[in-house]
Amino acid sequence: MNYLSNIARSEGDPKVIRSGPSSLGSSDRLAKGLGWFSIGLGLAGLIAPRRITRSLGMEGQEAIVRAFGAREIGTGIVSLSVDKRLGLWSRVAGDALDIATLTAAMGRDNPKRDNVQLALAMVLGVTALDVIGARALGSRHEYGRGERRSYRDRSGFPKGIQAARGMARDFGTPSEPRAMPTLASVSEPAPPRQALT
Amino acid sequence: MKALVWHGKEDIRYDTVSDPEIEHPRDAIVKVTSCAICGSDLHLFHNFIPAMMPGDIMGHEMMGEVVEVGSGVNGHLKKGDRVVVPFTIICGECDQCKRGNFSVCQNSNRKKHLADKVFGHATAGLFGYTHLTGGYPGGQAEYLRVPFADATHIKVPDGIPDEKLLFLGDIFPTGWQAAVQCDIQPTDTVAIWGCGPVGQMAIRSAVLLGAQRVVAIDRVPERLEMAEAGGAITINFDEESVVERLNELTGGEGPEKCIDAVGLEAHVTPSLPDTVYDRAKQMVGMESDRPHVLREMIYVCRPAGVISIPGVYGGLVDKIPMGQLMNKGLTIRTGQTHVNRWTDDLLRRIEEGQIDPSFVITHTVSLEEGPEMYKVFRDKQDSCVKVVLKP
Ligand SMILES: [Zn+2]
Ligand SMILES: [Zn+2]
Repeated sequence: MNYLSNIARSEGDPKVIRSGPSSLGSSDRLAKGLGWFSIGLGLAGLIAPRRITRSLGMEGQEAIVRAFGAREIGTGIVSLSVDKRLGLWSRVAGDALDIATLTAAMGRDNPKRDNVQLALAMVLGVTALDVIGARALGSRHEYGRGERRSYRDRSGFPKGIQAARGMARDFGTPSEPRAMPTLASVSEPAPPRQALT
Repeated sequence: MKALVWHGKEDIRYDTVSDPEIEHPRDAIVKVTSCAICGSDLHLFHNFIPAMMPGDIMGHEMMGEVVEVGSGVNGHLKKGDRVVVPFTIICGECDQCKRGNFSVCQNSNRKKHLADKVFGHATAGLFGYTHLTGGYPGGQAEYLRVPFADATHIKVPDGIPDEKLLFLGDIFPTGWQAAVQCDIQPTDTVAIWGCGPVGQMAIRSAVLLGAQRVVAIDRVPERLEMAEAGGAITINFDEESVVERLNELTGGEGPEKCIDAVGLEAHVTPSLPDTVYDRAKQMVGMESDRPHVLREMIYVCRPAGVISIPGVYGGLVDKIPMGQLMNKGLTIRTGQTHVNRWTDDLLRRIEEGQIDPSFVITHTVSLEEGPEMYKVFRDKQDSCVKVVLKP
């Protein structure tokens, strides 16, 4: 495998030959995919709202499409961040808004009903992915999951805590280098000034 | 060889990479027998430290056996020597090295031109860290090239297990320097934010240096338990107010000495609104660090006290109460650890049985399990405090 960033390495530096298993789980990858998807969709809503409203028979509602686009970008950024679980759940909330809006556009008088139906099916599919991803992330990265162990016996002091207190008082805090003067040396009285003659 | 390689945010892989080679007479190659995942590796894992590149090998806590030396290492190091490798690469001969300011060695950062622009003046080269600190391949690998190896090593005797010695390369001297920077007096209360591995070492160091009282602050029960075992009074910030409790413990005066062993990724929780504010700004790139602990320390510290910061910060912070800091006359001391300044003394203390740093190890696994252990450590699963990897 060739990494462009190898130009930043010197001759004797190890370089990747073959990539192995990653710390990213499948739910992490799903969140990443959905995050970029969200940003892509959001950009489309911001840049070409009229194309979207026209294909859905929702002319005149460009402002809503733009606002939804901004929302998609926001939740996309959060989904790509370390807080991806929050990102996916906020996407789910956004999906609900999409579904409500599309359902409202399903009226018999809408000549583009078929397109709306298609869009609705797509949103439902993505919603399912968002929910699956968010739940999987929840269990994979559950804070403090697993065995709860006791560390009551881990003092780190082989001779006991009482003996350890002040055991290193023999350590002389260095006054050199000068960048780190001790408080003691700072508080030492200044040497007596020579009288002016 | 095999190594843990950074490929992007939260993407660490167990890769096959080419073997490191001696490229300078002062280089040596070390066969790694033990390495560890450090809390600051998590900042890289989250991509909060700028200038990481796909293909960078992780790891700055490692030890092993010298298997090859360059022609310029003569006398100082030979094949077969057992060494702990300090995470700061040092030349041993520049002005800063001569003063013992090893973490700002003037010669070891090979990306000096880049670092000069970002930091004003470059700092030392570091293993397994950003390209701003030289972009040197790290030690979560089977083999490691050590530049300036005649100076960059801590020789350790046989007969003591790796686990007791490994942390001489980073977290033990880091916690120690944090406490030493506080110039601890027998009447002092030392408050330590963060009970991760560095916080645990800072607690032990403050106890050894004779603090009257050590107070440890965290929210993870098993870490607080470990802090208590080391002689600290504990505060769970999920359950009580840190400021109120610290004042209560010190007769309303506040602790004389405060240590920030948390750094740029303070825990985000709605009960600490400033952390939510920082996280939001961080997400859109308007702030790189979340300095909740700094704000709290400046507020609660006793006037004329000392604030010591071993915790890693990456870039820009916001809403630091400069007025409080200035008017209270607080002293701030910080820096990457000058590892070799402390290690002779600390090795002696380990040999004499004053301290056994292996108490902090909760997980020992093979290097292959490394990628998964980053996740376990980050999510604090299985009561994980410190992971040691065996290549
Ligand atoms: Zn470290
Ligand atoms: Zn130097």
